[in-house]
Amino acid sequence: MIKQLTVFAENKVGYLSEITDLLAKNHIDMKALSIADTKDFGILRLIVDKPEVALKALNENGLLGTITEVVGVEISNKTGELSKALSILANCGVNVEYLYAFLSGSVDSAYVVIKATDNVAAEMILNDAGFKKI
Amino acid sequence: MEKRYYQKEFETMPVEKIKALQSEKLRKQVKHVYENVPYYRNLMDKKGVRPEDIKGVEDLHKLPFISKSDLRETYPYGMLAVPLSDCVRIHSTSGTTGKRVIAYYTQHDVDLWEDCCARALVAAGATKEDIVQVAYGYGLFTGGFGLHGGSQKVGSLTLPMSSGNTERQIQFMLDLKSTVLCCTPSYAAYIGESLKEQGYKPEDNFLKAGIFGAEPWTEEMRRDIEKNLGIKAFDIYGLTESSGPGVAFECEEQKGMHINEDHFIAEIIDPETGEVLPEGSKGELVFTSLDKEAFPLLRYRTRDICVLSREKCSCGRTFIRMAKPMGRSDDMLIIRGVNVFPSQIETVLLTEGYAPNYRIEVDRVNNSDTLDVFVELLPEQLSDTPDGIIKREKALSSAITTMLGIRPAVHLVPPKTITRSEGKAVRVIDKRKLHD
Repeated sequence: MIKQLTVFAENKVGYLSEITDLLAKNHIDMKALSIADTKDFGILRLIVDKPEVALKALNENGLLGTITEVVGVEISNKTGELSKALSILANCGVNVEYLYAFLSGSVDSAYVVIKATDNVAAEMILNDAGFKKI
Repeated sequence: MEKRYYQKEFETMPVEKIKALQSEKLRKQVKHVYENVPYYRNLMDKKGVRPEDIKGVEDLHKLPFISKSDLRETYPYGMLAVPLSDCVRIHSTSGTTGKRVIAYYTQHDVDLWEDCCARALVAAGATKEDIVQVAYGYGLFTGGFGLHGGSQKVGSLTLPMSSGNTERQIQFMLDLKSTVLCCTPSYAAYIGESLKEQGYKPEDNFLKAGIFGAEPWTEEMRRDIEKNLGIKAFDIYGLTESSGPGVAFECEEQKGMHINEDHFIAEIIDPETGEVLPEGSKGELVFTSLDKEAFPLLRYRTRDICVLSREKCSCGRTFIRMAKPMGRSDDMLIIRGVNVFPSQIETVLLTEGYAPNYRIEVDRVNNSDTLDVFVELLPEQLSDTPDGIIKREKALSSAITTMLGIRPAVHLVPPKTITRSEGKAVRVIDKRKLHD
């Protein structure tokens, strides 16, 4: 399981840059970012190098964040690979709440972050199917 | 435990004796006002009441009411009942609901007012060994000076902090080992929150009690403050028109506030008809000042909605008790025809596990009232999906609907985005322009 930094963001001018500014000032390296948004607010999901340090910095500055456990696996950069991973989960009855992907250092593979209804099961199933944990 | 009073003779006086005392004082007071305040004499004459018609408390209902609009009309000196040169002090209301009301005091008035505050402090456990931090605003507002004077009468070491500068409040509180805190409940909550943020536990401070008033607050908010500061929190009631805080105060029972009946007569009336209601009824609180010289209001309509109870109190005080006002009728909002008190919304927030940091916005869109409630989200309530937040908003909206009978739109917002108050909290923004 890997740690995702989850941040609550108001739908207001400058709010996002306040968050990214703060992370930059604290030398946090962002690996991936995805946003779930509604008309009133957004939820940022971040994979960073030092999630605890980042969370502390956010909280100290009055921003609302939390750490969420998510499943991270490596998939090879080939057509149909993600589909393979997802159909295995579907066949096992594991529902995916959200996912996003980001590039690994190499061109041969990508990283996929998955939040499932049952994270533990999802991780086990994917590992058994040969997808490497990150 | 030994029961302690500041003025035992009065505070535990048998009810019949209180009534007799009130009747005697009332006769004198009506005469004093009739002779010295032309405005009120005129009101009495119009009603056909003569001072000699008032023989005792049973005749009180014959007297005309005074309301805030009378005070505005007589601003600034029209209600003065003594020569201005006999006055030593002026205080004033915050003026949030219109023109400021000016209250004047002779030295005798100040003394009696401070006695009332001293009674409240002693009932909360203060002694001459205590260090009382007064974090009410000092100035025209009555909170600071009232509790300050009361604290000195008790002989406590008095810290005149005034409101604001929370960092300094906390530093003095910890360094000087304050044992009693006096301020508005919203400021007490804010101080508690700030202490927690700085990593202090409730047992790290030396406070044992707090006296909080000047704005409506709920039982839930009381429990919150008590937990965060590690104290027992006491309510106090008063209004500038009747001198200031100390008209009524809570004892260790925390079941309503004892009204200082040797100085004030309380009545509950129907706010619509003005008719006096039997004891135990909910209605508007009306006060008659029995001892005030400079600004003696007879039958002043407070606009506070509450209930009185003569039930025996284990503290030994015989003074009648008033329940926490449900809110001033000024605070009451009428939304889609429903009476709404902000304190009702606060109750729901606290029982649902939210902090009492909220803002209520009322507007009118297409001739229909809208009610929006903004509430700060706590760290443990954050979800990683919008759905989780929206579910929380809906659940909170339903809980408020159950309480009020109308459905608000609830918006969860990040912490610290709702402005904190150091004095009276501004929690309601009414954008409707109904009386242009």
